[in-house]
Amino acid sequence: MLDLEGLHLRAALFRSIRDFFVGQDFLEVDTPVRQPVMIPESYIEPIRAGSWFLQTSPEQCMKRLMGRGAKRIFQLSPCFRKGESGRKHLEEFMMLEWYRQDADYTQLMDDCRSLLCHVMADLLKQKRFAAIIKRSCLQEMELQQQWPRMSVEDAFLAFCPTTAGEALSKNLFDEMMVEHIEPQLGRILPLFLYDYPVQCSSLARRKESDPHVVERFEMYVNGLELANGFSELTDIEEQRSRFNQEIMRIKEMSGRDAQMPRRFLEDLQLIERAAGIALGFDRLLMLLMSKESINEVVSFSPADW
Amino acid sequence: MFSASDLRKGLKIQIDGDPYIIIDFEFSKPGKGQALYRCKMRNMISGNQFVNTYRSNDKFEKADLEERNMQYLYNQDDQYHFMDTQNYEQLFLTREQLGDNINFLIDNMEVQVLFFGTQPIDVSLPIFVDLTVTQADPWARGDTSGTDTKPITVETGYQLQVPPFVEEGDKIQIDTRTGAYVTRVKE
Repeated sequence: MLDLEGLHLRAALFRSIRDFFVGQDFLEVDTPVRQPVMIPESYIEPIRAGSWFLQTSPEQCMKRLMGRGAKRIFQLSPCFRKGESGRKHLEEFMMLEWYRQDADYTQLMDDCRSLLCHVMADLLKQKRFAAIIKRSCLQEMELQQQWPRMSVEDAFLAFCPTTAGEALSKNLFDEMMVEHIEPQLGRILPLFLYDYPVQCSSLARRKESDPHVVERFEMYVNGLELANGFSELTDIEEQRSRFNQEIMRIKEMSGRDAQMPRRFLEDLQLIERAAGIALGFDRLLMLLMSKESINEVVSFSPADW
Repeated sequence: MFSASDLRKGLKIQIDGDPYIIIDFEFSKPGKGQALYRCKMRNMISGNQFVNTYRSNDKFEKADLEERNMQYLYNQDDQYHFMDTQNYEQLFLTREQLGDNINFLIDNMEVQVLFFGTQPIDVSLPIFVDLTVTQADPWARGDTSGTDTKPITVETGYQLQVPPFVEEGDKIQIDTRTGAYVTRVKE
């Protein structure tokens, strides 16, 4: 639960993010939170709202808007994921997403750095927030510098007893990430962990020079995963086949019948090259306010009822 | 049965035939990956601790635990005998199982015994118990510091520090969680 000062800082972060994107000529959009079909992803379970669903992310709507010709769009919207609750998770949380036409994931990495630099400078010059922002781990980082990048394969070699391939085949990929890799990332500067195995990413484009991986990255600060971005897969036949695999896995794992998002696939044909990213707004606020739990940075958490 | 989403600090589950309590819990979910439930657990019988990570599809047996109201009767050597106040069944716990609790047990005291199946594994005493002082040195008059304490012995044989005005034959209240003196009880 936020006190009054915290509510002011949360509001200032909303304003600062909007200023940044509007200043970069992005169009702010708002898309329906309630949708009849979700993008099928095996490890994300939607919450039902009648016979429809609450969005797990605004991804499909925003990509469909790209199909209508939008060049640069952003959105701040609540997202809902069933069963996700913990120190870093809320079933309802605030997501910042942005998409760029004619771009790939490296441009999104540049956006991340510009955005954080903008937000820090912006908040620091507002007197009422200066004291709290100065305590933030982000304040101790030289954000203007180039941020380090590390491939998933190299991260496994550096921090894990197994390679990424072995971990995947033994179904230990996520454990290795949580136990060995994540805690090491983004200590001195934010870090981009990039080029994920294709199995871990159903919507990202394969890398031309290495088709076993996709052009996807996660941004880490102080061991906290803050954003996930990728070059969009726009080959609709490959997308359809990956969705089919996800639908089968969802059925196997939980017995749920996920649907194929047909209109999304139709609109995907209208996009040639694009990249998009989702950033956890509440987690960014955790870093800015030096809070250990996501419950502390929202106006009401489940513990407040 | 519990599922992984029920896991939380304080939950009691059964693993390989033993009851465990979750003493630390963290939910994590690396980007686009599966949910992981990391639990630190303590064996409620042996006290041993271990850490394990579970996944969404894991299921857990409820620990078969039950608290019963019982009355302490007497002890014979290392065996401390109790009676179920509902069905008058009797059983005993060993000195080792009772640990520090033996310092505060007096005849006819009502306690709660925690059972795992049919096996008694723990005893909860009332938070405050009144015990009679059986041995105390007299208060040296003239000592007016008021902050001093002196050692005394109560009827169970337990020794503790109390204010100097407490005398042999007094009843005092003791906090069973800390073993410390609380107050003198007026009869």
